[in-house]
Amino acid sequence: MAVETTTRAKLRWGLLDVLVVVFALVPVLWIASLSFKTPATLTDGNFIPREWTLDNYRTIFDTDQFVRALVNSIGIALIATLIAVVLGAMAAYAISRLDFPGKKLLVGVSLLIAMFPQVSLVSPLFEIERQLKIFDTWLGLILPYITFALPLAIYTLSAFFKQIPWDLEKAAKMDGATQGQAFRRVIAPLAAPGLFTTAILVFIFCWNDFLFAISLTSTERSRTVPAALSFFTGASQFEDPTGAICAAAVVITVPIILFVLFFQRRIVSGLTSGAVKG
Amino acid sequence: MADIVLDKVSKSFPDGTVAVQDVDLEIADGEFVILVGPSGCGKSTTLNMIAGLEDISSGELRIAGQRVNDKAPRDRDIAMVFQSYALYPNMTVRENMAFPLRLAKLDKETIDRKVDEAAKVLELTSLLDRKPANLSGGQRQRVAMGRAIVRQPKAFLMDEPLSNLDAKLRVQMRTVVSRLQKQLGTTTVYVTHDQTEAMTLGDRVVIMRGGAVQQVGPPQELYDHPKNLFVAGFIGSPSMNFLHAAVQDGELHTALGKVPIGDRVRRELEAADAPRELILGIRPEHFEDAELVDDDTRRRGMEFEAPVDIVESMGSDKYVYFTVEGEKASAAELEELAADAGAADFAGAGGNLVTRLSAESPVAEGQTRRVWFNLEKIHLFDPANGRNLTLHEGRAAGALAD
Repeated sequence: MAVETTTRAKLRWGLLDVLVVVFALVPVLWIASLSFKTPATLTDGNFIPREWTLDNYRTIFDTDQFVRALVNSIGIALIATLIAVVLGAMAAYAISRLDFPGKKLLVGVSLLIAMFPQVSLVSPLFEIERQLKIFDTWLGLILPYITFALPLAIYTLSAFFKQIPWDLEKAAKMDGATQGQAFRRVIAPLAAPGLFTTAILVFIFCWNDFLFAISLTSTERSRTVPAALSFFTGASQFEDPTGAICAAAVVITVPIILFVLFFQRRIVSGLTSGAVKG
Repeated sequence: MADIVLDKVSKSFPDGTVAVQDVDLEIADGEFVILVGPSGCGKSTTLNMIAGLEDISSGELRIAGQRVNDKAPRDRDIAMVFQSYALYPNMTVRENMAFPLRLAKLDKETIDRKVDEAAKVLELTSLLDRKPANLSGGQRQRVAMGRAIVRQPKAFLMDEPLSNLDAKLRVQMRTVVSRLQKQLGTTTVYVTHDQTEAMTLGDRVVIMRGGAVQQVGPPQELYDHPKNLFVAGFIGSPSMNFLHAAVQDGELHTALGKVPIGDRVRRELEAADAPRELILGIRPEHFEDAELVDDDTRRRGMEFEAPVDIVESMGSDKYVYFTVEGEKASAAELEELAADAGAADFAGAGGNLVTRLSAESPVAEGQTRRVWFNLEKIHLFDPANGRNLTLHEGRAAGALAD
């Protein structure tokens, strides 16, 4: 289907594009704008701040609270992502390649976990973690994150593995590779775009989580940024912390953007072209 | 270098289907053996079992005298070329070819030397630094061959390696494969569904159908002395003509007239359980324009008249299609062959007669022409089990043999 290229069509498409972008970006820009406003002008309703200030950023980095939460967030999200992707890759590989007893059950159960409302699990998890003495620890968050990220990882990765021609693995075996070598040296490099895509999705999931972060932590020891934000106060209890919260919100989107930009370059399609006829 | 022995090798799947049944085959050291048959005949499964990519359900597989049933592919020291080429797309041609050597932990110098040697043989030297995506089909095919020969394995297995190439390249690569195998002298098992490839390449051809071996032998032997209806119909292009023949008063009543039979066939037909109806098979080249046949030759055959349907002049000779009346030959084997070839390509069982006449024949479409055919080259098959009744001690003797 050819896309119309007349001036009118271009105009129409242009308007539509702008509308979508504005719709998506206005809240983000608003928060960015609030983060640069002084407390006095916070509520003046101007989209572009009249008085620019970096005080809000200074405040959040001065308080130990935020820096500590940032460290927790980065650490917990990275560890959970790493483990989920490695486990997910192994499970997805088995699902896409092997015919083992209980395969349908495994796929079904992982789908079930993805469907399960997380809210209903918060209270039991709270009790379990207190009993196990992992409440308010990194491990206490990493474990549920892995649990809920795994179905996502398994589904995305098995779709990628299924695209890789099976003949390649047979060829590797004939060439003298063990099952492990075939996976590491032939299959994994080809599945790399899938691994990166999955890593991004899982990382974002862990990074954004608020529900578990607020329920399964109680101190700065393991509180992640989304949870920490809700505990923000101003310098005194009478001060409005809106500006600081907005500054923190801007700061925590930065790692996500960096993470995506960094991995996006590795997500190249057509990596398997030339492997087999077709 | 090694011989490969299959001793009653079978493959059955958990759902009960039997893909390969009691295959006995001895492949000598350095021999080039072709497994051929229609799709689903078990030839690829057999190859995969030799490779170790598929488990053997029962029977024994020996390579160089050693039982290898339970050995992993990498411990069997055999190389395989896949129909899809299966090149590693993330590696260059050099890396692809070096991969088996690197896994074998050879030192870098040896690897480079061996890859360069193999590349030279296959004329790949200028392509060594390219990725597979930037190669043509024929080049990819050669890289796949290169990866197989580079580590000098005990045997090569090839799974329809040429079927993804276009017709012209396929003929060209056929000679490459043939020359390479002669040059290296490595035992080779080659799977194909193309009977032309089977005829031209192999020292011996194994014809399979429904998981069972039908006949094993040199190509010419299979062509001249087919054991059964299936082999007769599968080998040869255009395929053998099959006609319905009724046994009556010591003669065969066919669409080409009454065909006399010799003592040997008569004795065979006198048995109590002998079939009353037969299938008569005759190859296109055993017909000739009656005008062009000398008297001496004429005596060895008989003549009939039929309307000419189509004339295809090949230059060296003419393919002439005649329409013949009469009942069609029918047997399970013929239906299977027709299904495999696509009904249009398999005229053998239809009301059409394919003949190959001399180029000098003045035959024209629409005429009714008198045609001679050689009775000594006729095969008679039992439609119930496909057995060739004219075959005695492995030689076909025609209908008239005493």
